[in-house]
Amino acid sequence: MTERPAAERIRDFEEAPLGYTVEQAIEEAKRCLLCKDAKCVAGCPVEVDIPGFLRFIAQGDFDAAVKKIKETNSLPAICGRVCPQEEQCELKCIIGIKGEPVGIGNLERFAADWERENQPSPASAKARPPLPEGEGKKVAVVGSGPAGLTCAGDLAQLGYQVTVFETLHVAGGVLTYGIPEFRLPKKIVDLEIDYVKSLGVDVRLDVLIGNTYTIEDLLKEFKAVFIGSGAGAPRFMGIPGENLDGVYSANEFLFRVNMMKAWKFPEYLTPVKLGKKAAVIGGGNVAMDAARVSLRLGADEVYIIYRRTEKEMPARREEIKRAEEEGIIFKYLTLPVRYHFGGHGWVGEVECLEMELGEPDATGRRRPMEIKNSNFKIQIDSAIVAIGNSPNPLVPLRTPLLRTEKWGGVIVTPEGLTSIPGVYAGGDIVRGAATVISAMGDGKKAARAIDAFLRG
Amino acid sequence: MAMSWRQGRGWRSSKLNRVVKKEKLNETVSRIVLDAPLIAKAAKAGQFVVVMPTENAERIPLTIADFDTAAGAISIIFQIVGATTRVLDSLKVGAEIAHLLGPLGTPSQVENFGTVAVIGGGVGIAEIYPLVKALKKAGNEVITIIGARCEDLLIYVSELRTHNSELKITTDDGTCGRKGFVSDELKDLIAGGKKFDRVIAVGPVPMMRACCDMTRPHGIKTIVSLNPLMLDATGMCGICRVTVNGETKLGCVDGPEFDGHQVDFEELTSRLKMYRDVEKRAYDHVCRLLEHG
Repeated sequence: MTERPAAERIRDFEEAPLGYTVEQAIEEAKRCLLCKDAKCVAGCPVEVDIPGFLRFIAQGDFDAAVKKIKETNSLPAICGRVCPQEEQCELKCIIGIKGEPVGIGNLERFAADWERENQPSPASAKARPPLPEGEGKKVAVVGSGPAGLTCAGDLAQLGYQVTVFETLHVAGGVLTYGIPEFRLPKKIVDLEIDYVKSLGVDVRLDVLIGNTYTIEDLLKEFKAVFIGSGAGAPRFMGIPGENLDGVYSANEFLFRVNMMKAWKFPEYLTPVKLGKKAAVIGGGNVAMDAARVSLRLGADEVYIIYRRTEKEMPARREEIKRAEEEGIIFKYLTLPVRYHFGGHGWVGEVECLEMELGEPDATGRRRPMEIKNSNFKIQIDSAIVAIGNSPNPLVPLRTPLLRTEKWGGVIVTPEGLTSIPGVYAGGDIVRGAATVISAMGDGKKAARAIDAFLRG
Repeated sequence: MAMSWRQGRGWRSSKLNRVVKKEKLNETVSRIVLDAPLIAKAAKAGQFVVVMPTENAERIPLTIADFDTAAGAISIIFQIVGATTRVLDSLKVGAEIAHLLGPLGTPSQVENFGTVAVIGGGVGIAEIYPLVKALKKAGNEVITIIGARCEDLLIYVSELRTHNSELKITTDDGTCGRKGFVSDELKDLIAGGKKFDRVIAVGPVPMMRACCDMTRPHGIKTIVSLNPLMLDATGMCGICRVTVNGETKLGCVDGPEFDGHQVDFEELTSRLKMYRDVEKRAYDHVCRLLEHG
């Protein structure tokens, strides 16, 4: 797929890839062998009928292609952009064994974008799929991120009356506060949320479940509850100087920019202060996002500091490539050990150690080991800690009967049922920080289980 | 008891987050009473709300200065110090604030401690009001000390007096009550033989710090209510992190109240100043808009 040149895109928050043209899409879809026992479908957490929608694209029937995807996936424009297809459907593609797999993700994105540009808005009655005659039983969904939206959308399609409770002032969860505009435009998130609302789902903002209402309160009014409150609690390394001014969690940094629109300060009143040299600690997609946002906010020198090598980096290859193209400086085999003052309480330097790789650890990746006395310092104006998030502690904290793992994840059965009857959970509140698509898969599975439970 | 989600004063009410009353307590401090039945119902002393007066505003944390479950209303008191409080202050009765979230934070610990000194400074004077009421109700002997720079800046005097015959007042310039700081009054009370089982201090950081320094040698447990910068205020961003007993805690979820003898006030002071320079730009921007629009 064609991408905008790096020099152009670092000056704005628009997307890097341009998307397929109609001709490119048809040509790409025709590469699909339409396998009878399609392995790609087994690789999709939300069970999209991939050969089914690719066949329609190859025939030029894009409307039918979108409808086919939406049979099992309410959020195709999002999945087409942020799913790690290279580890899922495209990894399983038979053509991929010898050459490039079919660009399933790009085609999903194409179909969803085609619909957005050519069809009436999803909120209109026309686009609304017919609702089956449900009993209209009421279900509450906690959190409007990918898990919650999927669960809510699926339940609404089954005829349930669904209310989604969102803590923040905009819906979308991590899709809104976490993933930057240039990777997932907010107008697309808004449209996908409008689509879920068009199914009859009521989304209520500014309600913190645990505080405004408890889960117990919800169970008095709703027949079932799905908790999809995410992994929003930032981790820090616990090294000296981490509380100096100018050391951000990736959550804080991205929240300021994505949610509070600090890049439009002072039209939007929330500021962000970055300076000219920024260091991002970590090697996941969030670290790539934070680094690329830093460039777009005007930083000249942006480092990614990661304790292993590129090979072990958990970020998607295409995100690493884009970050490299844009001029991010990768410091591999480097471990921050301390932040130093630069004056006025603000951070000025990050002190690091050089590392080397030893034997594989429990994750199968080679364990990074410190090289003694290899300390060196990098001058910085700010640092962004992107070493992962833990499950949001608030709902478990205020719900004593809800059983959790030691690390905070809510314990569920394979169907998504928690330790409280009628209460289900899925997404990052169960898995810790994982992917959008796995959260959606959990939401889908839980919707099925809730339906079975309520039909009893 | 089943809750009414769709009727009366529920979320669907058109009067959601409406300003029902507004008054100026002094030159820079205002009080707003908001129609917020759900928050009023769930609130406990010591908790706060996040307020976004308009869609482009910051999310700012403000202590719930009073709540009336029956009337479904909460009071917030704020000093006009920045852009968002300036916008909030421009709202008139009948206006709706864009977003209101709460109650947030861990409630104050309220039980019968014995004799408690509750100390308020600046806007903190209003914030101790629900706490004084709750502590009295729990059977404590409560001695309230409030302080401000001068008499004009004292707020909530009559409200606090109705709940407290022994209200002590200090002003820096001596225009009302004793000349000096709240910590001086506390010092004299302790020196005079008054035994305190607990001290609770709410106000500017230097005031809370001075109170802690005063009580530390006497081993009196001292609780402070911290006001770090916040963003989401639900444990997600970490900007409100404070060091307490060498450990990093989140002001929004673990707090806002902490054992004052364990708080790293120096770090807190520095973190509170982090955005001061750019905040001035936002404030000027908002003032221009409000004055010309």
